[in-house]
Amino acid sequence: MHRGKGMKFVGDSRVKATGRMPNKPKDYSEYPGRTEAFWPDFLLKEWMVGAVFLIGYLLLTVAHPSPLEGQADPTNTAYIPLPDWYFLQMYQLLKYTYASGPYNIIGAIIIPGLAFGALALAPFLDTTKERSPFKRPLPTAFMLLALASMIYLTWESVVNHDWEAAEAQGQIQEEVNVEIDETAEGYLLLTGEQGKSCIACHGADLAGGAAAPPLVGNELTADEVAEIMVNGRGAMPAGQWAGTDEELQVVAEFIASLKEE
Amino acid sequence: MLNKIYDWVDERLDITPIWRDIADHEVPEHVNPAHHFSAFVYCFGGLTFFITVIQILSGMFLTMYYVPDIENAWKSVYYLQNEVAFGEIVRGMHHWGASLVIVMMFLHTLRVFFTGSYKKPRELNWLVGVGIFGVMLGLGFTGYLLPWDMKALFATKVGIEIAASVPFVGELIKTLLAGDATILGAQTLTRFFAIHVFFLPAVLFVLLALHFIMIRRQGISGPL
Repeated sequence: MHRGKGMKFVGDSRVKATGRMPNKPKDYSEYPGRTEAFWPDFLLKEWMVGAVFLIGYLLLTVAHPSPLEGQADPTNTAYIPLPDWYFLQMYQLLKYTYASGPYNIIGAIIIPGLAFGALALAPFLDTTKERSPFKRPLPTAFMLLALASMIYLTWESVVNHDWEAAEAQGQIQEEVNVEIDETAEGYLLLTGEQGKSCIACHGADLAGGAAAPPLVGNELTADEVAEIMVNGRGAMPAGQWAGTDEELQVVAEFIASLKEE
Repeated sequence: MLNKIYDWVDERLDITPIWRDIADHEVPEHVNPAHHFSAFVYCFGGLTFFITVIQILSGMFLTMYYVPDIENAWKSVYYLQNEVAFGEIVRGMHHWGASLVIVMMFLHTLRVFFTGSYKKPRELNWLVGVGIFGVMLGLGFTGYLLPWDMKALFATKVGIEIAASVPFVGELIKTLLAGDATILGAQTLTRFFAIHVFFLPAVLFVLLALHFIMIRRQGISGPL
């Protein structure tokens, strides 16, 4: 676009109909040595690198589905928070005595601010003409020091985190929506004297506990329930029912009726 | 036919110089991995851009299902993850892309730093690059809240507390981000959504355009 100074603008489309640049690539002889044209020679190579990268990226995506914890519950006060991995260094820094509490400003603002500020101002701090990292030891040393501390802080944060507890606290709680008829004969028997050992493990709300699965939302038939009540299953011992066989049958039918809609 | 259409447009808009400059620019030997394998370090910037494009595309598809509201945000993500055809893949690419883009950007920063490429005359482009770095971290931070699961909520609480500890303006930043001086809830989610989907991408596009225009103006830095 040749738009020199002194152009007349009135009635001037600013695009010359003649003398336009022809749509032809530069001649290859214009590229010295092993210099290449971006299009199409180098772009093809970039695409090949991109394709290899994309395969790895997709494999990662397929092999590790992205995590989703249970829905946010602001009333949970026991949850131990954890940021995304690239903020772990900062998270760890704020655990140290002289970077937290009354010194919080050091860990939260001053150290990250200095690091980011120094990074931004690098061209104005390192003004020599030398470009090789070996010929400018100070910038190289500072960057290596920063790198080492970032890796160290991230590492410390990872080894000090209780990953099992983190996984347990984030699990999605299945909500079982079953209405319990508290006037049913089976319910009264189950929560009565004969069902004491049932309730001890399966809970008064029949929602299960640490030692036993929930009774609500089960997928068993009445006969299967009766069979388990007599013979036990898994960690549940045999002969837990303390009532008569007729009562057992009533309770089994009641439990089998606790299906999700 | 196509040529005629092109010529017709070119005659009126003179578009040839715009893209011929990009197509014909020369790529020197020292950045070409086909000639020197170690030149793969020059790929990190391009790969960062590649992932950024994937993030934009996958993010556009995610917003077709995502609902930025505390009642439905988690449910919409759960639905997307478990019910929608290929939803798991699209969300997975956005999730892993968010990490990969940080990795690639960091490697690109190190390459530019250790080859001294930020030196005169490229100081301005380095500053723009650091700005892109900050925007990317902001995108990571705001995007982390959006699934509205436990880790999202509590990580954001910590993050906002850190922002609140900035001297003088901390409380203002906190209110600006969270939408309330004390509550982290419905307002926070919509604000983070707006920041993640509109504000920061807008800034990112401007900075990326500046980054690329400056590269074309100045060319790539010479061999060490």
